[in-house]
Amino acid sequence: MMNRETVKTDLINIIKPYLPEDIMANDVSEDKHLINDLMINSAHIVDIVLDIEDKFDIMIDDDVIGEMNTVQDSINVVLQKTAA
Amino acid sequence: MEKHRVVITGLGVAAANAIGVDNYEKALREGKSGIKYLEELEKINLKCQIGGAPDLNSVNLGDHLPRMLAEKITNKGILYALLSGVEAWKDAGLEPNTVRTDFDSGMIFGAGDLSFDSFINRDFPAYPIDKGDSRKLGSRTISECMNSGAAAYLNSILGLGNRIQSNSSACITGSEAVLMGYEYLSSGKADRMICGSTEGDGRYIWAGFDAMRVLCSNSNDNPEFGSRPMSDSSSGFVPSGGSGALVLETLECAKARGAKIYGEILGGHVNSGGQRNGGTMTAANPDAVIDCITRAIKNAGISPEEIDLINGHLTSTKGDPAEIRNWVKALGRSGEDFPLINTPKSMIGHSVAGAGSVELVASVLQLHKDFVHANLNVENIHPEILSEIFGGCIPTSCQSREVNTVIKANFAFGDLNCALVLRKYKE
Repeated sequence: MMNRETVKTDLINIIKPYLPEDIMANDVSEDKHLINDLMINSAHIVDIVLDIEDKFDIMIDDDVIGEMNTVQDSINVVLQKTAA
Repeated sequence: MEKHRVVITGLGVAAANAIGVDNYEKALREGKSGIKYLEELEKINLKCQIGGAPDLNSVNLGDHLPRMLAEKITNKGILYALLSGVEAWKDAGLEPNTVRTDFDSGMIFGAGDLSFDSFINRDFPAYPIDKGDSRKLGSRTISECMNSGAAAYLNSILGLGNRIQSNSSACITGSEAVLMGYEYLSSGKADRMICGSTEGDGRYIWAGFDAMRVLCSNSNDNPEFGSRPMSDSSSGFVPSGGSGALVLETLECAKARGAKIYGEILGGHVNSGGQRNGGTMTAANPDAVIDCITRAIKNAGISPEEIDLINGHLTSTKGDPAEIRNWVKALGRSGEDFPLINTPKSMIGHSVAGAGSVELVASVLQLHKDFVHANLNVENIHPEILSEIFGGCIPTSCQSREVNTVIKANFAFGDLNCALVLRKYKE
């Protein structure tokens, strides 16, 4: 099982380039919604998913992408997939 | 209808010998070549193994572009356009619109072959599609490959709301974009247009030219000598990438905000030889070239005697003597009466769709700063050129001299021609 904090750090590094200029990496907490709170362009969610797949060597199906609303959701998906 | 006067208030450039206008001016004055031997071209058996590309390692993209674009965009044609476009906008004393949309300003920013940029070899290969793995293309493949991609990404930074257009007309793309911006402003439809063009670089764009046998293949061991427009040994063009951008404004708007004015666009013309009477997909119909130059001068309201400097197309191919003959006929000036003529191509090669805008930035700098840059590698002028004009009309060293009127032309595949007349700004 991967360490939750490690996954979170990696995830924030993946998300960081997609954040609008006025949102800082420090603002990314687990409860934040990727699109509604962090204001990430919804088109870039697929890029974030591809970056996550590369980083953790996992495959995330389209129906799972729909469940990755918050940072916490995304961490949970990575933890589930890497544990499998 | 009253025509508005149109002036140039901002410049930006990413060229094979310099990124940034100040560096470019210095490189032009010094005669700095940006042409290098490229091992990757030898590896894939291109006959031409030299080329030019703006050195992205010389700039920190994050200093110039928003975070997402700086870190994620890999298409070089788009990166060059963003660098030149943002520089031109800021050089004009303008800031990107962060909140509102600026409906008084627009953009005409063309591109050549964004989808053949070298980036397809890295992050967005065509291969995953054939492997049934197209989901790996992500969200940016379309926006980085579409021909309007450079303009679309540039406007994601600038936030302009008037006409946003991307022309594509091979080697006249850049000069045509500026001409279209001039015509649009002159008719009063906007206050300000940022105009330019871009081309990426690398083997996917260049291999097709190599297959046509139009590239220089006999200077692989002497790269900086490869591009030699007007020389008796010109043997093909040296491919390169780059982007230039110019901010054009109506004179009223420029004056109202106290903008720096680099020069005025007096007029121009774009036409086609119809691929008839000597014109083909790749060769220019001489009657059309002469018609284009003649009409550009007429539209500008000047006489050919007023031209101080010609910035030619002059690709370093067998077409150079024909181009000189066309200039002589169009201007009615020959021998010692011919104006000075130059092109930055001896330093930066031919940046295809980027050429017109990158070279126009050089035209404007020479007009504004009163100098005429050298043509490199033309110690031996082609005899057919010497039978038309005096050799001294082709400067081989940088000259300080008053430049009041410049005519700039480009000629393109598809038998397309474009010419623009620029003048030093006077009240």
